Amino acid sequence: MVILQTVDLERHAGTAMLLNRVNLSVDKGEIFAVIGPTGAGKTTLLRLINLLERPTAGDIYFDGEKITDPSINTIHVRRRMAMVFQKPAVFNNTVYENVAYPLKVRGCHGKTARSDVYNLLEIIGLGGYAKRKARTLSGGEAQRVALARAVVIKPDLLLMDEPTANLDPGTVKMIEGLVMEFNRDRGLTVIMSTHDMQQAQRVAGRVGVLMNGQLVQVGKPGDIFYAPDNARIAGFVGIRNLLKGYIVRNEAGIAVVDIDGRYIEAVSDLPVESAVEIYIRPEDVVLTTLVSASSARNNLSCTIRSLSPNGPLCTVIVDCGFPLEALVTDRSAVEMRLSQGQEVYASFKASAVRVLPSMQR
Amino acid sequence: MQEIWQSLVQAVNLIISLDTEVIQISLRSLYISALSILIAALFCVPIGALIHFHDFRGKRVVINVVQTFYSLPTVVVGLLVFLFISRSGPLGGLELLFTPAAIVIGQVILIMPMLIGMTIGALNGVDKAIRDTALSSGASTAQAVLAILFEARFAVVGVLILGFGRAISEVGAALMLGGNIRGYTRVLTTAISLETQRGDLVLSLAMGIILIGIAMVVSVIMNILLQRY
Repeated sequence: MVILQTVDLERHAGTAMLLNRVNLSVDKGEIFAVIGPTGAGKTTLLRLINLLERPTAGDIYFDGEKITDPSINTIHVRRRMAMVFQKPAVFNNTVYENVAYPLKVRGCHGKTARSDVYNLLEIIGLGGYAKRKARTLSGGEAQRVALARAVVIKPDLLLMDEPTANLDPGTVKMIEGLVMEFNRDRGLTVIMSTHDMQQAQRVAGRVGVLMNGQLVQVGKPGDIFYAPDNARIAGFVGIRNLLKGYIVRNEAGIAVVDIDGRYIEAVSDLPVESAVEIYIRPEDVVLTTLVSASSARNNLSCTIRSLSPNGPLCTVIVDCGFPLEALVTDRSAVEMRLSQGQEVYASFKASAVRVLPSMQR
Repeated sequence: MQEIWQSLVQAVNLIISLDTEVIQISLRSLYISALSILIAALFCVPIGALIHFHDFRGKRVVINVVQTFYSLPTVVVGLLVFLFISRSGPLGGLELLFTPAAIVIGQVILIMPMLIGMTIGALNGVDKAIRDTALSSGASTAQAVLAILFEARFAVVGVLILGFGRAISEVGAALMLGGNIRGYTRVLTTAISLETQRGDLVLSLAMGIILIGIAMVVSVIMNILLQRY
């Protein structure tokens, strides 16, 4: 059942188009992540849904009700939602008063309200902090208070705008855990924006990619991260190997793609002579010093052009007649004694190659 | 120098001995200025909030004009109010001239620009995210405004204390509108002015010390508040 839908939603700021005909549909009880680079319009989208801003064009439906209608009771709608902002704003008051604020503005002061607040403080790991000044909390603690303040009213929809940006990994894990727990235990619907792609994969059931104000792809995390619809999305979700070629043969759904004279086998139904773009995730490319005995259909001899150690991983660029990026663990790179100019083999499965029809031949 | 020192000692004695006239004048000063700041706050804090929360054409100009009137000369305020409440003025029938009420009116007008302007400044200092947080928490516009005012509470109280300081230390309006009538409209500043002219330096000094004491207390309270803010 759809809880939130946007129809041709637009938001302009002067001549700049912050959101351009966004059509989004979120189901009740799901965690939906909106990913996109900085300035893509993620915050604007969430603020429009929360009615903190008005759209220039288009409509938003919440639980079947057109909430962009000027006659709508804004407070009534907002009181069914909650929002956590990127920068956690806490009132200059105690932690208890901060979490209790949404209850207070709704006129709930009773014993139940008080115990709800204390229960939530326990859940978020700030049980002994009720009387502490919220301004003295760390960034992570303040964000947990903001999350508790958002869920204390048991909203139908929780909006989170990059809730873990600039937080330490431990706090990120805790906040993600809490969000998933609230989603699982209370059936809370969540729309969260993030530019952390791993987070979107960890937390969300579905992901929408927002680029330059346009929702360019919506799907399960696997679809977005392994089968992006175009080169722009592929580049954003971290697929480095974007190659152009054309299909020279296709037998039973296994296409042979000519890339600058080298042949790559890929799973595709596109006909022979189709101009295509192919994407391969660097982590799907396996480097060996001997011809691989694996079942991978693609085994290309190539020369190492560069090695860039990056923490526990090492990015290796090889020349197979075209540049190909591979990701190996730093330990493997040392064990294999990989070095610049070395001859190696790059292998990857036909199913690891995403093939899309090219816009230009 | 000897004379000044002796006067100072006598003045302190006058305060310690709780001289009836000194105490009465001091309490009257406190009462009139406190009433002025209370009335001015009732108008000015909401007006300041209204200007802060609404975007309109010429907002910047309005704020600049308000700020210009911070240094409104007290005698000019006295003169303007005098013209209105004197027997031949449009409000002459109310017979306010040379009453404590006239001084209150003068002081309210005197401190209004300062209170409005500084309330706007205090609200500007509140993080914009507080408004969004309040609204997205389900607050009505009025509740969100209250939340923002609450955030700026120490700064707003600081503004009120500054306004009180300006009111209690002014002499022009109190003299022109109150008339410095003994036992009725005589306040600390007008009394100091009069007693100095009459040569009663001891009484002047005693009241001067009290006025400085009040200013010091005001300053200490304000510093404590600002530190907490």
